[in-house]
Amino acid sequence: MTTANKAFGLLSAGLLGLGLLATGPANAADDGTRIDWGPYKVDEKRSGYTYAGAQTRAMQDDEFQNPAFLWLERGMDLWETADGAANTSCADCHGDAEESMAGVATRYPIYFDDWGKLMNIEQRINWCRETQMQAEPLKWESDALLGLTAFVKNQSKGMPIDVAVDGPAAPFFEQGKAFYETRRGQLDLACTHCHVDNEGNLIRAETLSQGQANGFPTYRLKWQSVGSLHRRFRGCNRNIRAQPYPYGSDEYTNLELYVTWRGNGLPVESPSVRK
Amino acid sequence: MATIRPRVKAPRKASPGEVVEIKTLINHSMESGQRKDKNGDPIPRQIINKFVAAFNGREFFTVDLAPAISANPYLSFYAKVEESGEFTFTWHDDDGSVYEDSKSIEVA
Repeated sequence: MTTANKAFGLLSAGLLGLGLLATGPANAADDGTRIDWGPYKVDEKRSGYTYAGAQTRAMQDDEFQNPAFLWLERGMDLWETADGAANTSCADCHGDAEESMAGVATRYPIYFDDWGKLMNIEQRINWCRETQMQAEPLKWESDALLGLTAFVKNQSKGMPIDVAVDGPAAPFFEQGKAFYETRRGQLDLACTHCHVDNEGNLIRAETLSQGQANGFPTYRLKWQSVGSLHRRFRGCNRNIRAQPYPYGSDEYTNLELYVTWRGNGLPVESPSVRK
Repeated sequence: MATIRPRVKAPRKASPGEVVEIKTLINHSMESGQRKDKNGDPIPRQIINKFVAAFNGREFFTVDLAPAISANPYLSFYAKVEESGEFTFTWHDDDGSVYEDSKSIEVA
Protein backbone atom coordinates (compact mmCIF):
# COMPACT_ATOMS: atom_id res chain seq x y z
CA MET A 1 0.00 0.00 0.00
CA THR A 2 1.29 3.39 -0.97
CA THR A 3 1.13 6.48 1.17
CA ALA A 4 -1.48 7.93 -1.16
CA ASN A 5 -3.80 5.00 -0.45
CA LYS A 6 -3.28 5.33 3.24
CA ALA A 7 -4.06 9.01 2.98
CA PHE A 8 -7.26 8.14 1.15
CA GLY A 9 -8.28 5.81 3.97
CA LEU A 10 -7.60 8.51 6.53
CA LEU A 11 -9.45 11.04 4.45
CA SER A 12 -12.62 8.97 4.28
CA ALA A 13 -12.47 8.37 8.02
CA GLY A 14 -12.05 12.10 8.44
CA LEU A 15 -15.06 12.86 6.27
CA LEU A 16 -17.16 10.44 8.24
CA GLY A 17 -16.13 12.19 11.39
CA LEU A 18 -17.15 15.52 9.88
CA GLY A 19 -20.54 14.11 8.96
CA LEU A 20 -21.16 13.14 12.55
CA LEU A 21 -19.87 16.41 13.91
CA ALA A 22 -22.15 18.41 11.65
CA THR A 23 -25.16 17.35 13.75
CA GLY A 24 -24.01 19.37 16.73
CA PRO A 25 -23.61 22.94 15.46
CA ALA A 26 -26.49 22.69 12.98
CA ASN A 27 -29.01 21.78 15.65
CA ALA A 28 -27.77 24.60 17.79
CA ALA A 29 -28.20 27.15 15.03
CA ASP A 30 -31.24 26.20 13.00
CA ASP A 31 -32.30 29.84 12.89
CA GLY A 32 -29.42 30.27 10.47
CA THR A 33 -27.92 33.24 12.29
CA ARG A 34 -24.88 31.62 13.84
CA ILE A 35 -23.80 29.28 11.09
CA ASP A 36 -21.71 30.05 8.03
CA TRP A 37 -23.68 28.65 5.14
CA GLY A 38 -20.96 29.39 2.59
CA PRO A 39 -22.29 29.51 -0.97
CA TYR A 40 -25.77 28.44 0.14
CA LYS A 41 -26.51 31.90 1.50
CA VAL A 42 -26.06 34.97 -0.71
CA ASP A 43 -27.00 38.19 1.04
CA GLU A 44 -30.53 37.57 2.27
CA LYS A 45 -31.12 34.72 -0.15
CA ARG A 46 -31.00 31.30 1.46
CA SER A 47 -31.09 28.01 -0.38
CA GLY A 48 -33.45 25.34 0.91
CA TYR A 49 -30.24 23.57 1.95
CA THR A 50 -29.95 25.98 4.88
CA TYR A 51 -33.38 24.95 6.17
CA ALA A 52 -32.72 21.22 5.82
CA GLY A 53 -31.66 19.09 8.77
CA ALA A 54 -28.07 17.96 9.17
CA GLN A 55 -28.84 14.41 8.04
CA THR A 56 -30.64 15.64 4.93
CA ARG A 57 -27.69 17.90 4.12
CA ALA A 58 -25.29 15.00 4.61
CA MET A 59 -27.32 12.97 2.10
CA GLN A 60 -27.00 15.74 -0.46
CA ASP A 61 -23.30 16.34 0.20
CA ASP A 62 -22.37 12.71 -0.46
CA GLU A 63 -23.06 12.11 -4.13
CA PHE A 64 -23.06 8.40 -3.50
CA GLN A 65 -25.65 8.58 -0.75
CA ASN A 66 -27.89 10.99 -2.67
CA PRO A 67 -30.60 8.73 -4.17
CA ALA A 68 -31.28 11.30 -6.92
CA PHE A 69 -28.10 10.04 -8.56
CA LEU A 70 -29.94 6.80 -9.36
CA TRP A 71 -32.14 8.92 -11.63
CA LEU A 72 -29.22 11.02 -12.83
CA GLU A 73 -27.29 7.94 -13.96
CA ARG A 74 -30.32 6.89 -15.93
CA GLY A 75 -30.33 10.33 -17.53
CA MET A 76 -26.65 9.94 -18.32
CA ASP A 77 -27.42 6.73 -20.23
CA LEU A 78 -30.32 8.39 -22.06
CA TRP A 79 -27.99 11.22 -23.13
CA GLU A 80 -26.06 8.65 -25.18
CA THR A 81 -29.08 6.66 -26.39
CA ALA A 82 -30.25 7.22 -29.96
CA ASP A 83 -34.00 7.38 -30.36
CA GLY A 84 -36.74 8.46 -32.76
CA ALA A 85 -37.08 8.46 -36.54
CA ALA A 86 -33.89 10.51 -36.90
CA ASN A 87 -32.01 7.92 -34.84
CA THR A 88 -29.99 10.53 -32.99
CA SER A 89 -29.07 10.95 -29.35
CA CYS A 90 -28.55 14.08 -27.28
CA ALA A 91 -24.81 13.44 -27.51
CA ASP A 92 -24.87 13.42 -31.35
CA CYS A 93 -25.65 17.15 -31.37
CA HIS A 94 -24.46 18.33 -27.99
CA GLY A 95 -21.41 16.11 -27.53
CA ASP A 96 -19.94 15.91 -24.09
CA ALA A 97 -22.56 17.21 -21.67
CA GLU A 98 -19.88 18.28 -19.24
CA GLU A 99 -18.85 20.97 -21.72
CA SER A 100 -21.98 21.71 -23.71
CA MET A 101 -24.42 21.74 -20.79
CA ALA A 102 -22.23 23.63 -18.31
CA GLY A 103 -24.04 26.77 -17.27
CA VAL A 104 -27.31 25.87 -18.99
CA ALA A 105 -29.22 25.47 -15.73
CA THR A 106 -28.22 28.98 -14.66
CA ARG A 107 -30.07 30.51 -17.66
CA TYR A 108 -33.33 28.57 -17.87
CA PRO A 109 -36.25 29.19 -18.19
CA ILE A 110 -35.53 31.28 -21.28
CA TYR A 111 -37.68 33.12 -23.81
CA PHE A 112 -38.00 30.84 -26.85
CA ASP A 113 -38.53 32.71 -30.10
CA ASP A 114 -40.35 29.98 -32.03
CA TRP A 115 -42.93 29.60 -29.29
CA GLY A 116 -43.19 33.26 -28.40
CA LYS A 117 -43.15 32.26 -24.75
CA LEU A 118 -40.94 30.79 -22.03
CA MET A 119 -39.31 27.37 -22.12
CA ASN A 120 -37.79 25.46 -19.21
CA ILE A 121 -35.31 22.59 -19.34
CA GLU A 122 -37.92 19.82 -19.33
CA GLN A 123 -39.66 21.52 -22.23
CA ARG A 124 -36.34 22.03 -23.99
CA ILE A 125 -35.53 18.32 -23.72
CA ASN A 126 -38.90 17.40 -25.16
CA TRP A 127 -38.61 20.05 -27.88
CA CYS A 128 -35.28 18.50 -28.90
CA ARG A 129 -36.83 15.06 -28.85
CA GLU A 130 -39.76 16.07 -31.05
CA THR A 131 -38.04 18.31 -33.58
CA GLN A 132 -34.47 17.01 -33.74
CA MET A 133 -34.82 13.34 -32.86
CA GLN A 134 -38.40 13.00 -34.14
CA ALA A 135 -39.13 10.95 -31.06
CA GLU A 136 -42.05 10.86 -28.66
CA PRO A 137 -41.78 13.48 -25.93
CA LEU A 138 -41.03 12.10 -22.48
CA LYS A 139 -43.88 12.20 -19.98
CA TRP A 140 -43.68 14.81 -17.21
CA GLU A 141 -42.50 13.28 -13.93
CA SER A 142 -41.39 10.11 -15.73
CA ASP A 143 -38.11 8.70 -14.42
CA ALA A 144 -36.58 9.32 -17.84
CA LEU A 145 -37.43 13.03 -17.99
CA LEU A 146 -36.48 13.60 -14.35
CA GLY A 147 -33.21 11.75 -14.91
CA LEU A 148 -32.29 13.72 -18.02
CA THR A 149 -33.23 17.03 -16.40
CA ALA A 150 -31.19 16.18 -13.31
CA PHE A 151 -28.25 15.14 -15.50
CA VAL A 152 -28.36 18.33 -17.59
CA LYS A 153 -28.79 20.63 -14.60
CA ASN A 154 -26.07 18.86 -12.64
CA GLN A 155 -23.53 20.01 -15.24
CA SER A 156 -23.98 23.53 -13.84
CA LYS A 157 -23.61 22.46 -10.23
CA GLY A 158 -22.17 25.23 -8.08
CA MET A 159 -22.57 27.94 -10.74
CA PRO A 160 -24.63 30.95 -9.67
CA ILE A 161 -28.13 31.22 -11.10
CA ASP A 162 -28.47 34.14 -13.50
CA VAL A 163 -31.79 34.12 -15.36
CA ALA A 164 -32.64 37.03 -17.63
CA VAL A 165 -35.92 38.75 -16.84
CA ASP A 166 -35.59 41.72 -19.20
CA GLY A 167 -36.17 41.92 -22.95
CA PRO A 168 -38.72 39.51 -24.40
CA ALA A 169 -38.93 37.58 -21.11
CA ALA A 170 -40.16 40.65 -19.21
CA PRO A 171 -43.94 40.27 -19.74
CA PHE A 172 -43.76 36.59 -18.70
CA PHE A 173 -41.72 37.52 -15.66
CA GLU A 174 -44.44 40.02 -14.71
CA GLN A 175 -47.09 37.30 -15.10
CA GLY A 176 -45.05 34.98 -12.90
CA LYS A 177 -44.66 37.72 -10.32
CA ALA A 178 -48.42 38.37 -10.41
CA PHE A 179 -49.07 34.63 -9.89
CA TYR A 180 -46.68 34.66 -6.94
CA GLU A 181 -48.48 37.57 -5.31
CA THR A 182 -52.08 36.54 -6.05
CA ARG A 183 -54.19 34.98 -3.33
CA ARG A 184 -55.75 31.69 -4.38
CA GLY A 185 -57.51 28.61 -3.07
CA GLN A 186 -59.87 28.14 -0.16
CA LEU A 187 -57.16 29.25 2.26
CA ASP A 188 -56.85 32.46 0.23
CA LEU A 189 -53.06 32.54 0.38
CA ALA A 190 -50.45 33.80 -2.06
CA CYS A 191 -46.94 32.34 -2.33
CA THR A 192 -45.67 35.49 -0.62
CA HIS A 193 -47.58 34.82 2.60
CA CYS A 194 -45.44 31.80 3.37
CA HIS A 195 -42.21 32.32 1.45
CA VAL A 196 -41.68 36.07 1.86
CA ASP A 197 -43.64 37.26 4.90
CA ASN A 198 -43.04 34.18 7.02
CA GLU A 199 -39.87 32.55 5.79
CA GLY A 200 -37.99 31.06 8.70
CA ASN A 201 -41.15 30.86 10.82
CA LEU A 202 -42.89 27.65 11.70
CA ILE A 203 -45.99 26.37 9.92
CA ARG A 204 -47.11 23.78 12.44
CA ALA A 205 -43.91 21.78 12.96
CA GLU A 206 -42.20 22.74 9.71
CA THR A 207 -39.90 25.69 9.02
CA LEU A 208 -40.97 27.69 5.99
CA SER A 209 -38.16 28.21 3.51
CA GLN A 210 -37.81 30.97 0.96
CA GLY A 211 -39.02 28.50 -1.65
CA GLN A 212 -35.87 28.75 -3.76
CA ALA A 213 -35.74 26.73 -6.97
CA ASN A 214 -31.98 26.17 -7.24
CA GLY A 215 -32.05 22.49 -6.16
CA PHE A 216 -34.72 21.12 -8.49
CA PRO A 217 -35.28 18.44 -9.60
CA THR A 218 -34.91 17.32 -6.01
CA TYR A 219 -35.02 14.03 -4.18
CA ARG A 220 -37.72 14.70 -1.63
CA LEU A 221 -37.77 12.30 1.31
CA LYS A 222 -41.54 12.66 1.59
CA TRP A 223 -41.98 11.61 -2.04
CA GLN A 224 -39.28 8.92 -1.76
CA SER A 225 -38.51 9.93 -5.30
CA VAL A 226 -37.16 12.71 -7.47
CA GLY A 227 -39.65 15.39 -8.44
CA SER A 228 -39.72 18.50 -10.60
CA LEU A 229 -40.33 22.09 -9.56
CA HIS A 230 -43.78 21.91 -11.14
CA ARG A 231 -44.63 18.96 -8.91
CA ARG A 232 -43.65 21.14 -5.94
CA PHE A 233 -45.85 23.97 -7.30
CA ARG A 234 -48.77 21.57 -7.59
CA GLY A 235 -48.22 20.36 -4.04
CA CYS A 236 -48.09 23.93 -2.71
CA ASN A 237 -51.26 24.85 -4.62
CA ARG A 238 -53.04 21.81 -3.28
CA ASN A 239 -51.92 22.61 0.27
CA ILE A 240 -53.73 25.94 0.09
CA ARG A 241 -56.77 24.14 -1.36
CA ALA A 242 -56.33 25.61 -4.82
CA GLN A 243 -56.78 23.77 -8.10
CA PRO A 244 -53.25 22.96 -9.34
CA TYR A 245 -52.27 23.78 -12.93
CA PRO A 246 -51.02 21.02 -15.24
CA TYR A 247 -47.33 20.12 -15.48
CA GLY A 248 -45.56 22.35 -17.96
CA SER A 249 -48.44 24.86 -18.11
CA ASP A 250 -47.64 28.46 -19.05
CA GLU A 251 -48.72 29.60 -15.59
CA TYR A 252 -46.13 27.37 -13.92
CA THR A 253 -43.36 28.11 -16.41
CA ASN A 254 -43.86 31.86 -15.87
CA LEU A 255 -43.87 31.22 -12.14
CA GLU A 256 -40.71 29.13 -12.53
CA LEU A 257 -38.95 32.14 -14.07
CA TYR A 258 -40.01 34.40 -11.22
CA VAL A 259 -39.09 31.89 -8.52
CA THR A 260 -35.75 31.12 -10.17
CA TRP A 261 -35.01 34.85 -10.45
CA ARG A 262 -35.62 35.24 -6.71
CA GLY A 263 -32.62 32.93 -6.29
CA ASN A 264 -30.29 34.69 -8.77
CA GLY A 265 -26.81 34.33 -7.27
CA LEU A 266 -27.50 31.08 -5.41
CA PRO A 267 -25.59 28.05 -6.71
CA VAL A 268 -27.28 25.37 -8.81
CA GLU A 269 -27.63 22.35 -6.51
CA SER A 270 -29.53 19.95 -8.74
CA PRO A 271 -30.23 17.26 -7.81
CA SER A 272 -30.63 18.24 -4.17
CA VAL A 273 -32.12 16.34 -1.24
CA ARG A 274 -34.96 17.90 0.71
CA LYS A 275 -37.28 16.79 3.46
CA MET B 1 -38.06 2.90 -11.61
CA ALA B 2 -38.26 0.38 -14.30
CA THR B 3 -34.87 -1.27 -14.00
CA ILE B 4 -33.40 -2.04 -10.61
CA ARG B 5 -29.73 -1.30 -10.54
CA PRO B 6 -27.57 -1.35 -7.43
CA ARG B 7 -24.71 1.04 -6.79
CA VAL B 8 -21.71 0.04 -4.70
CA LYS B 9 -18.74 2.09 -3.61
CA ALA B 10 -15.73 0.28 -2.20
CA PRO B 11 -12.01 1.07 -2.34
CA ARG B 12 -10.03 -0.69 -5.06
CA LYS B 13 -6.89 -1.01 -2.95
CA ALA B 14 -6.17 -1.51 0.73
CA SER B 15 -3.36 -2.64 3.02
CA PRO B 16 -3.58 -5.97 4.91
CA GLY B 17 -5.74 -5.65 8.00
CA GLU B 18 -7.19 -2.32 6.91
CA VAL B 19 -10.80 -1.56 7.74
CA VAL B 20 -12.56 -0.31 4.61
CA GLU B 21 -15.94 1.34 4.32
CA ILE B 22 -18.41 -0.01 1.80
CA LYS B 23 -21.49 1.93 0.70
CA THR B 24 -24.43 0.45 -1.17
CA LEU B 25 -27.58 1.95 -2.62
CA ILE B 26 -30.32 0.31 -4.65
CA ASN B 27 -33.38 1.78 -6.30
CA HIS B 28 -36.43 -0.04 -5.00
CA SER B 29 -39.90 1.21 -4.08
CA MET B 30 -39.99 -0.85 -0.80
CA GLU B 31 -43.79 -1.12 -1.01
CA SER B 32 -44.79 -1.79 2.59
CA GLY B 33 -48.04 -3.71 2.03
CA GLN B 34 -49.86 -1.29 4.32
CA ARG B 35 -51.07 1.05 1.61
CA LYS B 36 -54.24 0.91 -0.46
CA ASP B 37 -54.80 1.89 -4.06
CA LYS B 38 -57.52 4.19 -5.39
CA ASN B 39 -60.14 1.42 -5.21
CA GLY B 40 -59.32 0.63 -1.59
CA ASP B 41 -57.58 -2.63 -2.40
CA PRO B 42 -54.35 -3.29 -0.53
CA ILE B 43 -51.17 -2.88 -2.56
CA PRO B 44 -49.22 -6.11 -2.05
CA ARG B 45 -45.99 -5.88 -0.11
CA GLN B 46 -42.83 -5.87 -2.19
CA ILE B 47 -39.60 -5.04 -0.42
CA ILE B 48 -35.98 -6.06 -0.44
CA ASN B 49 -36.14 -8.45 2.51
CA LYS B 50 -32.52 -9.50 2.75
CA PHE B 51 -29.11 -8.13 1.91
CA VAL B 52 -25.94 -10.21 1.98
CA ALA B 53 -22.33 -9.07 1.62
CA ALA B 54 -19.65 -11.71 1.17
CA PHE B 55 -15.90 -11.63 0.66
CA ASN B 56 -14.36 -14.45 -1.36
CA GLY B 57 -17.53 -16.44 -0.84
CA ARG B 58 -17.67 -15.90 2.92
CA GLU B 59 -20.61 -13.95 4.29
CA PHE B 60 -19.52 -11.18 6.61
CA PHE B 61 -22.50 -8.85 6.75
CA THR B 62 -26.21 -9.57 6.32
CA VAL B 63 -29.30 -7.47 6.92
CA ASP B 64 -32.96 -8.46 7.26
CA LEU B 65 -34.92 -5.49 6.02
CA ALA B 66 -38.39 -4.69 7.32
CA PRO B 67 -41.43 -3.09 5.64
CA ALA B 68 -41.01 0.30 7.34
CA ILE B 69 -37.68 1.00 5.63
CA SER B 70 -37.76 3.85 3.09
CA ALA B 71 -37.54 3.45 -0.64
CA ASN B 72 -34.08 3.20 -2.22
CA PRO B 73 -32.38 1.70 0.85
CA TYR B 74 -28.83 2.88 1.54
CA LEU B 75 -26.50 0.70 3.62
CA SER B 76 -22.96 1.41 4.67
CA PHE B 77 -20.73 -0.92 6.65
CA TYR B 78 -17.10 -1.83 7.25
CA ALA B 79 -14.94 -4.80 6.42
CA LYS B 80 -11.45 -5.73 7.59
CA VAL B 81 -9.52 -7.06 4.61
CA GLU B 82 -6.49 -9.37 4.95
CA GLU B 83 -6.14 -10.56 1.34
CA SER B 84 -7.02 -9.60 -2.22
CA GLY B 85 -10.36 -10.82 -3.43
CA GLU B 86 -13.86 -10.04 -4.46
CA PHE B 87 -16.76 -8.59 -2.56
CA THR B 88 -20.15 -9.85 -3.71
CA PHE B 89 -23.38 -8.14 -2.75
CA THR B 90 -26.85 -9.63 -3.13
CA TRP B 91 -30.25 -8.07 -2.59
CA HIS B 92 -33.22 -10.44 -2.25
CA ASP B 93 -36.60 -9.16 -3.43
CA ASP B 94 -39.97 -10.40 -2.11
CA ASP B 95 -40.89 -11.47 -5.66
CA GLY B 96 -37.90 -13.84 -5.71
CA SER B 97 -35.64 -11.63 -7.83
CA VAL B 98 -32.03 -11.37 -6.79
CA TYR B 99 -29.94 -8.32 -7.67
CA GLU B 100 -26.18 -8.71 -7.60
CA ASP B 101 -23.08 -6.61 -7.79
CA SER B 102 -19.43 -7.25 -7.08
CA LYS B 103 -16.24 -5.26 -6.45
CA SER B 104 -12.72 -6.57 -6.38
CA ILE B 105 -10.11 -5.24 -4.01
CA GLU B 106 -6.35 -5.50 -4.18
CA VAL B 107 -4.64 -5.93 -0.82
CA ALA B 108 -0.92 -5.29 -0.77
